[in-house]
Amino acid sequence: MSTAPEQEAIAPFVDANYLNMDMLRFSTAGSVDDGKSTLIGRLLYDTKSIFQDQMEAIETASARRGEEYVDLALLTDGLRAEREQRITIDVAYRYFATPRRKFIIADTPGHVQYTRNMVTGASTAELAIILVDARNGVLTQSKRHSFISSLLQIPHLVVAINKMDLVDYSEEAYESIVKDFEDFAAKLDVHDVIYIPISALLGDNIVNKSEKMPWYNGPTLLHHLEHVNVGARRNLIDFRFPVQTVLRPNWEYRGFAGRVASGSVRPGDEIVVLPSKQTSKIKSVDGPEGPLDEAYAGDPVVITLEDEVDVSRGDMITRRNNMPNIGNVVEAYVCWMHDTPMEQNKPYVIMHTTKSAMAHVSNITYRIDVDTLHREQTDQLQVNEIGLVEIVCAKQLAFDQYKNNSETGSFVLVDPASNVTVGAGMIRGASSTVLDSPGEREAISRDVVWEPWNVAREEREARNGHPGSVVWFTGLSGSGKSSIAKELERRLFERGAQTMLLDGDQVRHGLCGDLGFSNEDRDENIRRVAQVARLFFEQGNLTVCTFISPFKKERELARSLIAEGRFVEVFVDCDLEECKRRDPKGLYKRAMEGKIQNFTGITSPYEAPTNAEIVIDTASMSVEEAVEMVIRHLDGAGLLPKAN
Amino acid sequence: MVNVTSPKRTHIQQLESEAIYVMREVASQFERPVILFSGGKDSIIMVHLAKKAFAPGKIPFPLLHIDTGHNFDETITYRDWLANEVGAKLEVRYVQDSINEGRVQEETGLNASRNALQTITLLDALKELQIDCAMGGGRRDEEKARAKERFFSHRDMFGQWDPKNQRPELWNIFNGRKNPGEHFRAFPISNWTEMDVWQYIAAEQIPMPSLYFSHTRPVFRRQGVLLAATDFLRPMEGETLEEKVVRFRTVGDATCTGAVESIASNIQEIIQEVAAARITERGGRNDDKRSEAAMEDRKREGYF
Repeated sequence: MSTAPEQEAIAPFVDANYLNMDMLRFSTAGSVDDGKSTLIGRLLYDTKSIFQDQMEAIETASARRGEEYVDLALLTDGLRAEREQRITIDVAYRYFATPRRKFIIADTPGHVQYTRNMVTGASTAELAIILVDARNGVLTQSKRHSFISSLLQIPHLVVAINKMDLVDYSEEAYESIVKDFEDFAAKLDVHDVIYIPISALLGDNIVNKSEKMPWYNGPTLLHHLEHVNVGARRNLIDFRFPVQTVLRPNWEYRGFAGRVASGSVRPGDEIVVLPSKQTSKIKSVDGPEGPLDEAYAGDPVVITLEDEVDVSRGDMITRRNNMPNIGNVVEAYVCWMHDTPMEQNKPYVIMHTTKSAMAHVSNITYRIDVDTLHREQTDQLQVNEIGLVEIVCAKQLAFDQYKNNSETGSFVLVDPASNVTVGAGMIRGASSTVLDSPGEREAISRDVVWEPWNVAREEREARNGHPGSVVWFTGLSGSGKSSIAKELERRLFERGAQTMLLDGDQVRHGLCGDLGFSNEDRDENIRRVAQVARLFFEQGNLTVCTFISPFKKERELARSLIAEGRFVEVFVDCDLEECKRRDPKGLYKRAMEGKIQNFTGITSPYEAPTNAEIVIDTASMSVEEAVEMVIRHLDGAGLLPKAN
Repeated sequence: MVNVTSPKRTHIQQLESEAIYVMREVASQFERPVILFSGGKDSIIMVHLAKKAFAPGKIPFPLLHIDTGHNFDETITYRDWLANEVGAKLEVRYVQDSINEGRVQEETGLNASRNALQTITLLDALKELQIDCAMGGGRRDEEKARAKERFFSHRDMFGQWDPKNQRPELWNIFNGRKNPGEHFRAFPISNWTEMDVWQYIAAEQIPMPSLYFSHTRPVFRRQGVLLAATDFLRPMEGETLEEKVVRFRTVGDATCTGAVESIASNIQEIIQEVAAARITERGGRNDDKRSEAAMEDRKREGYF
């Protein structure tokens, strides 16, 4: 680079601490009465992110309007219409930083367009603060907020129980709200919830620990925001690279620019371009400053390939042995964002990753009442309503479940007449309707046209006298899965059920004899057994599977292949130390001696299920009791033949 | 800024990646985009990011400078050097031409400025060059109205923004669909703060115009703002010209860009000053700085 004219020498000064900070995006929702503005004001003020004069100005303005609380909306309600009507119309973004972390708050208004704005703010958030007024308990609005957070898969929830000063800092009040919320959250797909008793007005447990609540031993709100694990939304496993644009600076260089949506990529990786299925190898992964050894989810790169393959914007580069779904029918939760309702068979444009295509809604399965979580039948979705719908696209999309990959599982719908964004969608686990549609899930064999089953499962089930189902045992090696599963199958068989037991060791000898224990081989192992389980399921069997299946993703895959309500995940919970002590096959010993690589619990992680239907605590239960527990559950769910 | 050994990414890396993603979306979704170049630090890092976004290729769109005719010489020199350095085409349109053509009328009076006039020249230039997306260095932390601005911001046939009717923007999906005659403004560094910008300049060692660093120049005080004496701006009666050690926190039209007294002569000192200014402003003491910030806001409103 030539020298800039009159350029001042730039000292090689880099504030290492500032540059090493990470970032947390979180959302807040609610209205002034919840104390939300006070809370945000407190965070900004205590972290020195707003200035004294700004704070005084809005304090004065709030007092002039006769408001009880400082209305922080006055800071950001910059739109004239908002000031005139004294409402917040839109999501506002606020920024603050502490020496540990930079924060972006997506602050969504309480009343107007609640759902639409909440969904928008939640789409990029890694944490949601749900405010509960300690005097009022868990109300509809908190529930709505929690439901949307769960739908949008925000990894961390903070239930901030506010106005503790008005309930005399009572531990009982806190405990009762925690219990109510836990009961409600059990219905949701939420994983990490923490409850913090605060007073935003007085600053209790915001930055400093409250002396008024010695019974509370958890972190303060800011401490939690600074220390919560970030990046939970980032999928670092499944490589997906939607091509944004093709760079051709000269005849020798043809690069595909984009951002790694998930997973990671290295030169030499064998890839496949979707939907064309052309294969090649990665020649180089170029960052803005030159070639890289490896790029991870979120990195902006330019990829070049070994072969001349036809790739353009909207295509997706993935690995040959880890492909997304490919198809033109998706089932998705859609939040409607426009005053003109969503209608079936009306043309829309779907924007998914870097691809756009014409699409229409072929079916609205149901609408969800966000206040009660009830499902209702409907033939249209109004603004701010959420429903489960089926969308047919004019082009093949390469997609994942939103749960596993929000980058490749999300889309928006656009009205082609006005070009306005009218809907936001989250692709759900492939349902039976989707699975049975042609063109779907081609990953197995690309040239085989899907044929519906010759004899429908329903007919087989009628003859068997019980529904087909899959009971999936997961747990560490030595946890006792197999003992319980074997006893269970024997009991069910004797009760007259059509049963089959698929066991890890068994398939490792035959079906999966060619696979090792790398993460990729483990994925493939589970993919195969999940498909086999599905075949038995389609045959109407009560299929008992017992696999360590350490990764949440692979258990979700197995679940996604089976009809709703027919997949029962059983987590056999056993302490790792106890498993090591039992070590029935001597495997832990060999793993610890380094003789076995990638051994779950020793050198490979086990992701404990958070939403298993059944959890068996082997420390407190005998095999017999565990079997009884599973049978009771299956009976209750109507999955067993009638007892004699 | 990519660390090859670990998947951990810092906030600056994430902001950089986001900006690059948005710029590539602009290049893909539009036919004739431009970067609006003002000579200010935000537009300088925009050019830097664009260079990264399309490397090893060249920046695939021109830089457009709306020249009020009231520029510091240093800004023009730097602008021409930078365009040449990155190999981007530079388009300049002059407010003076709009005045000569009778499209706008020059303001008169004490605070006469060509700030507001720029908008007409800009819209005319967009029409003339058939620009369908103009990228700017606007940031959401700058001012209230910008806090609700989208990355992709729609403009109607008349170049107007309808803030009440903005398209929702979710995940990383940017909807740039439009009808003929309409255009977009795009703001790739929406999520950056002033501190992020300076830290990035330091980390990337981006050369900056000398105006940002402390130097001695003749200035005079008008309504609490320190203005540089130039060919087109002289002190009036009662205003005293004096030599002061100053620097500029923002660089734009010289008639309304206030200087601050400062001895910050390198990026490190500027960063310390930016950090310290918060404390000073929090105390609500230094009127100069506050007025200067207000001036920056006005410039933004006129410009965008």
